[in-house]
Amino acid sequence: MPGEHHFHLDVGSRFENIELVQVVVRDALERLGVDEDARHWMDLAVREAVANAIKHGNAQDPDKQVHVDLFLEEGDVVIRIEDEGAGFDPEQLRDPLAPENLLKPNGRGIFYMKSFMDRIEYSPRPGGGTVVTLRKKVAGTPETPETSEDTEGSETADPT
Amino acid sequence: MPINERKRDDVTILDLKGKITIGAAEEALRDHVHKVLNDGATKVVLNLKDVTTIDSSGVGELVSSFTSATNRGAKIKLANLPPKINDILTITQLITVFDVYDSEDEAVASFS
Repeated sequence: MPGEHHFHLDVGSRFENIELVQVVVRDALERLGVDEDARHWMDLAVREAVANAIKHGNAQDPDKQVHVDLFLEEGDVVIRIEDEGAGFDPEQLRDPLAPENLLKPNGRGIFYMKSFMDRIEYSPRPGGGTVVTLRKKVAGTPETPETSEDTEGSETADPT
Repeated sequence: MPINERKRDDVTILDLKGKITIGAAEEALRDHVHKVLNDGATKVVLNLKDVTTIDSSGVGELVSSFTSATNRGAKIKLANLPPKINDILTITQLITVFDVYDSEDEAVASFS
């Protein structure tokens, strides 16, 4: 159940909705005390993850949604992005810095996410799809509430 | 993304503004670069002074523009990169691939 520092958003699979996710994520990070510079890079990582979820995960299917959660866990800001697509094999990723890939027009999104965040994890989503979890330790964020189940304050929107 | 096109002698300058990101903005950049190349431009400067954000799709579009121009015997150079845009191109080592200049004047002068 969402707690005091838990933000949740569901959006339809349209690129225009990336801007909406950004507004919510930036506002949430600001409320958590994350400084402007860190917000900028985390923001870009989220943009890449949501774009991947829309384009590669949900294949821009208007009937499928992208689910975004942002919360604190053990001092980390955790942002989880879920799609409803066919799944994803991270082993298939190519190295964008390899000379033969340097001038390819795509294949840099996950590399950027890894560069901007401390950790990135992939897992299958129950019922189909992929969960991408981004983590970053940020100075100045509030401590994670020990009993978040009893607190209020989640934000939910459904701009589909 | 609004794109302003102007000329300085035989150099075409495209002033990019705002976000170069997936969707309409990357398409606008692609269409405009193709248009000036199709119109016969061989010397092009992308002025990134007012670009606030670029994502991997926008970076990919810069790469595509660069290779499209090179394949036609034209050249695209970048000028006035804001620090965070410079960082993004540095992370993926593209800063070493593109012709990057601190100012528009330097980029234009480099063609002569």
